[in-house]
Amino acid sequence: MQKKKKLVEYLIEKGLFITAIFSIVIILIIFIFIINEGIPAISEYGFLNFIFGMTWAPSDSQFGVFPMIIGSICVTLLSLLMAVPLSLLCAIFMAEVAPDSVRKVLKPVIETLSGIPSVVYGFFGLIVIVPLIREQFGGTGFSMFTASLILTVMVLPTIISVSQDAIRSVPSEYREASLGLGATNWQTIKNIIFPAALPGIITAIILGMGRAIGETLAVIMVAGNVPLIPGSIFDPLRTLTSNIALEMGYATGIHYSALFTTAIVLFIIIIVLLLVAHYFQKKYSMDAYGGHA
Amino acid sequence: MNRIESKNLQVYFGDNHILKGITTEIPKNTVTALIGPSGCGKSTFLRTLNRMNDLIPNFKKEGEVLLDGDDIYSPRLDVADLRKKVGMVFQKPNPFPKSIFENVAYGLKIHGHDDKEFIAQKVEESLKSAALWNEVEDKLDNSALGLSGGQQQRLCIARTIATNPEVILMDEPCSALDPISTTKIEDLIQKLKKEYTIIIVTHNMQQATRVSKYTSFFLHGEIVESNFTDKIFVEPKEQKTEDYITGRFG
Repeated sequence: MQKKKKLVEYLIEKGLFITAIFSIVIILIIFIFIINEGIPAISEYGFLNFIFGMTWAPSDSQFGVFPMIIGSICVTLLSLLMAVPLSLLCAIFMAEVAPDSVRKVLKPVIETLSGIPSVVYGFFGLIVIVPLIREQFGGTGFSMFTASLILTVMVLPTIISVSQDAIRSVPSEYREASLGLGATNWQTIKNIIFPAALPGIITAIILGMGRAIGETLAVIMVAGNVPLIPGSIFDPLRTLTSNIALEMGYATGIHYSALFTTAIVLFIIIIVLLLVAHYFQKKYSMDAYGGHA
Repeated sequence: MNRIESKNLQVYFGDNHILKGITTEIPKNTVTALIGPSGCGKSTFLRTLNRMNDLIPNFKKEGEVLLDGDDIYSPRLDVADLRKKVGMVFQKPNPFPKSIFENVAYGLKIHGHDDKEFIAQKVEESLKSAALWNEVEDKLDNSALGLSGGQQQRLCIARTIATNPEVILMDEPCSALDPISTTKIEDLIQKLKKEYTIIIVTHNMQQATRVSKYTSFFLHGEIVESNFTDKIFVEPKEQKTEDYITGRFG
């Protein structure tokens, strides 16, 4: 009996370990595969030429992705610029202000928003937003601004629900202490609850950022996809992910390899962004012994 | 003169009838202890005095609570103003996850003080009154969460007195502390009673006898007996009081 118990314990422990390892192995395999496929283009064209090259013209063997690096970063930042204030206010409203009845309606609605496939967002952008931008601001309507608007709506649910959870998990003792000192609700939210929830809110923003920089289909449908650095927010642009998806179908040889190198660049950008975000997360979380960690 | 009066106070949380007609008076600049078994309503009564119960969604009350003759549940009264006048120290020390200095300065800042010198001086004064200054004067910028439980509770007291309250409510302030920290807080209460009206909820009968002048015994949402502390513990009028203080139930 005792022996059987021990065996079960052993199997469960190892089973959990294997599932945990499994996901790491898969990421590693993908990573190795991408690097392996990207190497021919890097060795032939040069990594620095690749990153800082201004021209993407596969037919002329020109593989500069700099405009797309700028494109990805611009479209992501602009959408976060719009989405973050909006979603934080919404999260604060849901977590601190809204009565239960309102929250019960709002929460599923926002969760549904995140369940809509990206092609639907892209289609909506193509049919509704693109003509609207064209009429209001001129140009073709396919632009950085259009893509950012669509991305804003797409990242809202992520940032709202994760930061809402962060706000709600602030211990109620802090709230009581602040109100007990005669602070108003808004003073308590601004000075106590929001700073205490900040690490969680930064996580929410990172997740939103990841979604924005990785989104491909909806962006392809409304961004215009010209591989040039946009001069204004109403110019078209191409993102790194779009670049891969647009040309994957027909690319061969070094062109094919260059698309994988694009993926490597995207990988590096995401890792850098994660490190920056991690730094801020650390900076704003207070540890128990001696102020800021 | 009586600082706080409650007249036939009834409190409900939803269908639960918690306080069943509390009528009592709490005199100025003294320490009043509220004792009674768990669930008797003493904490609820305490939290009615600074309207902390308002935070509970289905809280309902009848009857009156007067602070210096004014109804604290009057619609014209600003709750934030009331809580500035009636400060509170909680059962579990709950400093903000900020520096020691910022914890004490917080109340001043939210009430519109922005003169740095004034704030620094007030923080020092409050920490001295709370008998914590000597232990923290050279680490005011450290996180308050690095302090021991007893220090944290004294910090919470400093934070409360920084805003110049008239009344301090203490909800079992020593229940999470060790005996030495408890002694320090009790000494502090003795010191503070000259300037403040203090109402303390406690499970510890020795503590009630040590710190308070008056004691009210709560049972099942009613006050069984209120009297001078040395009277109530030596010759209680009610059988139930005697049973409780001699440890026959509770």
